[in-house]
Amino acid sequence: MSTFLNRRSYRRTRDRSYFSGFDPILTAAVATLLIFGTLLVYAATRDWYSANGLDPQYYLKRHVINIVIGLTLAWGTTIIDYRLLRAYTPFIWGFGVLGLIFVLIPGVGSDINGAKAWIRLPAGFQIQPAEIAKISIIIGISMLLSERTHNSDAPSNQDVLKALAVAALPILLILLQPDMGTVFIISASVVTILAVSGAPTRWVVGLILLAVIGGFVATKAGVISDYQVKRLQSFVDPNADAKGAGYQLRQARITVGSGGLIGTGLFNGPQTNGRFVPEQQTDFIFTVAGEETGFLGSGVIILLLLTILMRAFGIARRSTDPYGTLVCTGVIAWFAFQIFENVGMTLGLMPMTGVPLPFLSYGGSSMFANLIGFGLLQNVHASHRS
Amino acid sequence: MNQRSRLNLLVIQIFIASLMVALFGRLFYLQVAAGPKYRDAALSIQSRDVVTPANRGFIVDSSGVPLALNKVGLAVTVDRTKIDKLPDKGAAVIQDLVTLLGLNFADVWQRTRLCGELPKGQKSGCWTGSRFQPIPITKSADPQLALRIVERSDRYPGISATPVALRNYPEILGVNGGHVLGYVGPLTDSDLSGANGRSYFRSESIGKAGLEIKYDNVLRGTPGIKTFIVDRKEAVTSTSQNTKPISGSHLVTSLDVRLQAATEKALADAVKRARSLGHRADGGAAVVLDVRNGQVLALASYPTYDPNAFERGLTVAEADALYSQTTGVPALNRALQGLYAPGSTFKAVSVIAAKAAGYSLNANYKCPAEVQVGNRAFQNFESKAQGTISLKKAIAVSCDTIWYQIAYDEWVRDGGLRPDSNPHDYFFNAAKGFRMGEKTGVDLPSESAGRLANRQWKQNWYQQNKDFYCNYKERATKAQQTAFLLQLAHENCLDGDKVRAGDAVNFSIGQGDTVVTPIKLAQMYAAIANGGTLWQPTVAKAIVATDGSVIQKFEPKKLGEISADAETLAFLHDALHEVTTSGTSAGVFAGFPIATAGKTGTAQVFGRNPNGTQKADTAWYASFAPAKNPRYAVVMMVSQGGFGASTSGAGVRQIYATLFGVQGNTVKPELALFPEGKPPSKLPRISPATKPAASILNPGKAKVIAQKVATKP
Repeated sequence: MSTFLNRRSYRRTRDRSYFSGFDPILTAAVATLLIFGTLLVYAATRDWYSANGLDPQYYLKRHVINIVIGLTLAWGTTIIDYRLLRAYTPFIWGFGVLGLIFVLIPGVGSDINGAKAWIRLPAGFQIQPAEIAKISIIIGISMLLSERTHNSDAPSNQDVLKALAVAALPILLILLQPDMGTVFIISASVVTILAVSGAPTRWVVGLILLAVIGGFVATKAGVISDYQVKRLQSFVDPNADAKGAGYQLRQARITVGSGGLIGTGLFNGPQTNGRFVPEQQTDFIFTVAGEETGFLGSGVIILLLLTILMRAFGIARRSTDPYGTLVCTGVIAWFAFQIFENVGMTLGLMPMTGVPLPFLSYGGSSMFANLIGFGLLQNVHASHRS
Repeated sequence: MNQRSRLNLLVIQIFIASLMVALFGRLFYLQVAAGPKYRDAALSIQSRDVVTPANRGFIVDSSGVPLALNKVGLAVTVDRTKIDKLPDKGAAVIQDLVTLLGLNFADVWQRTRLCGELPKGQKSGCWTGSRFQPIPITKSADPQLALRIVERSDRYPGISATPVALRNYPEILGVNGGHVLGYVGPLTDSDLSGANGRSYFRSESIGKAGLEIKYDNVLRGTPGIKTFIVDRKEAVTSTSQNTKPISGSHLVTSLDVRLQAATEKALADAVKRARSLGHRADGGAAVVLDVRNGQVLALASYPTYDPNAFERGLTVAEADALYSQTTGVPALNRALQGLYAPGSTFKAVSVIAAKAAGYSLNANYKCPAEVQVGNRAFQNFESKAQGTISLKKAIAVSCDTIWYQIAYDEWVRDGGLRPDSNPHDYFFNAAKGFRMGEKTGVDLPSESAGRLANRQWKQNWYQQNKDFYCNYKERATKAQQTAFLLQLAHENCLDGDKVRAGDAVNFSIGQGDTVVTPIKLAQMYAAIANGGTLWQPTVAKAIVATDGSVIQKFEPKKLGEISADAETLAFLHDALHEVTTSGTSAGVFAGFPIATAGKTGTAQVFGRNPNGTQKADTAWYASFAPAKNPRYAVVMMVSQGGFGASTSGAGVRQIYATLFGVQGNTVKPELALFPEGKPPSKLPRISPATKPAASILNPGKAKVIAQKVATKP
């Protein structure tokens, strides 16, 4: 029986096409979200842009281009040889760090909403090195923690220290931007990878404690900037900063809540069309889903995202080599915490940070990174079957 | 993967799955459980209501003469949201504006300040509305100037001019009516919050006093609403609702514009007369009631204010003056809110009490100069002894000592300081029959209840004050520690809950702790006049729609009967008439061709004026007329006005002169206000052009009408 199954899969991999390694459910979920996201980005921008005499399809066109580029990258990531990816890892990491240094140079990095997170490119495109850094950190520390220099199935303290060093530099650079949302997501991913790598438990517990204490001290000592303190305050007390972050969070909640069970219908949301929520095509895309498609539509989005995550857990578990497991774990943690941070912020469960919603938000760098992450999952999926 | 890694992966999977479930749950709460709440919130963010206020209904007198109507004015408004953004908060713009319009900068500046942003004590003339509605600085701008402002919007940012409906009180025959009619003004935040259970729109006006506030819901009508859906830049994206305004209904009152004007003038004259005699005369009130149904025919309070000033825009000085002691607090409606001891006018009640206690109305009684009650001598007014006189004469000359004796005897009979468990309390019960200490229930706001100082009240008072009097040495200030006050405190502590002999004696002549409002006394005298029925006074007669159909008629309301038998009432009619022929008001009514009945009252007042002088007596005159088959009850009161007869009695004569058409000492029937002595019972046709019929105040009209009739073929 098992021989039969093995043979079948063997045969399929023998004459596999370039796409045969794709997990069909994972692929379908991502594809649905990409289509959904495209509609939402269009709905978020169409009326406002036409009302202000601009091209109503400006964002739609760019979003589609981003998806096409992103899918190409995902496809490339899927079919590339696993070992080759490991070989490239130091370069990807170096590229990410370089980009992070670049954005901090005045005149090169552009300051949007109080954070220097973007490098301006010609033709109005921008690149966000932190997104690339996410991927480089995940594959970087996964490599370090899965390479065994001694006869043990768990990484040694030395491996852990190396991995932390690899993660620490980009994290520090992102802290300088500052982009607390991304720092949180990357840190959570690193801790998750460590936990699954089999590293000593004291490291995991210690790092979590360090993050809690560090965050507390930073808030108290005024290391983090004013606007971040305000965002935190307005999370605790929505009236604290009624015109700024508090206003945006309140507007976001009202917009989602007003959608009700079935929503106002796509393109028909008065809150969305009136542009009462800022950054509606990027960080607050979920409000558009909430208002225009209601609980049914936005509930489906959460279920699709949950499907991707659960599917990825299966891939991580089935991977025959620790490297694949750890890369998957990193991608899962990244996606999961970014989804929770983004949707949680929209729904008033999390403080306000500027992170986009994977597969749905407009934004090139984030779309590319997410689809590369998706490609990594597919790659691991394909390789353990080969 | 080792075992621990597998376990950790599973734990992480469960953790992440539960994060997603948390999101799902929160989403369900926001959209399904709390969805309706957020939908409302979203609606208020997206929609902007543009409100066209409805035309306010008129207030007319019983023959249709307008007392309050509307006028079209040109309002120059200031938008605070715009001028606040200017570097000097708009000071220069407003300076330019007041120079152009010829107004005072300080007044206009104050008028554009929200009441909430000013410190206490400097709120006079502030804007009671919100920052988000245009604040009118004048509503009667010259169109030429207004046009100049609108054309130069660069020079006058945030300033605009729009035609507005103005509430206008036309002051026909010089009538003021401020205290009956009230006035209108912008909504306050508490109005908007729905505190009184109604919903309003920011740009509406609302009644602020008098009939305007009492009947605001009918007068106001329904504003027209256009609802626009806007975006974040306030650009209109669509219109979701458009309703036309529905004009408010008209209010027909029982007032008569001529009588109201005469009453106001008589009151003002009475105050002037008192002042010319050296009295302080800091205020007064006059009320005219129809005794057969309680309808208010005229009601005045002095000093008054100009109800048109509010729509014109109050200056700081005008706003300060409304509540200032030095100007006599014009905002106070003394007819309803002024509480004064009734003095000798109360003797009408004492007659009823004496009759109930078994005293003969036809017997003779001693009227000595003073009566010893306990260790105190209670004197007659000016200590005059009248010998032995009839009760009727005692009323006519206002003898006090008769009442001291009767009240003291009855107090002793009821057990004195150790009262029977079931005392007769003839005096208290007679007063209770008139519902003293209760509001009359007139359909005007802020009426005071007055006070009936009976046994129950004494006990309540004692409960509240015994702590103070029993610890007087510690509680009172140094200045209050005189031998007399200490003795008084001691007595109050000892038996302050008891009606003492002095209290009973004082009560019988309307002195002491018992106080009434002028309208209450008018209601009481109307009851005596009409044979014993206590009517609830009413000003509103009917609500009439703009198409002339009657929406609601207000029927007179009987509150009850006073406890007087026919014999007592007949005696009272007779005795009170005697007052005007041979008694205390005989002088002021000398030669008056209509037989009237009345009672003077010169009531002592305790307490001091702001400048430290002892408060002077309240001058009362309570009356009804004609003496046979009375139709009208008239009460006038001048606070610190000296003698009841010369100050208020003469004023009441002036009112009767207009009422009955008396010129000099002769009756001119064509100038009498009401043919056959009856105010109109039919509702008038309502038109802003209705003119009052002829009267003493406007005798010329009578001839014109007569000529017109005569020239008709």
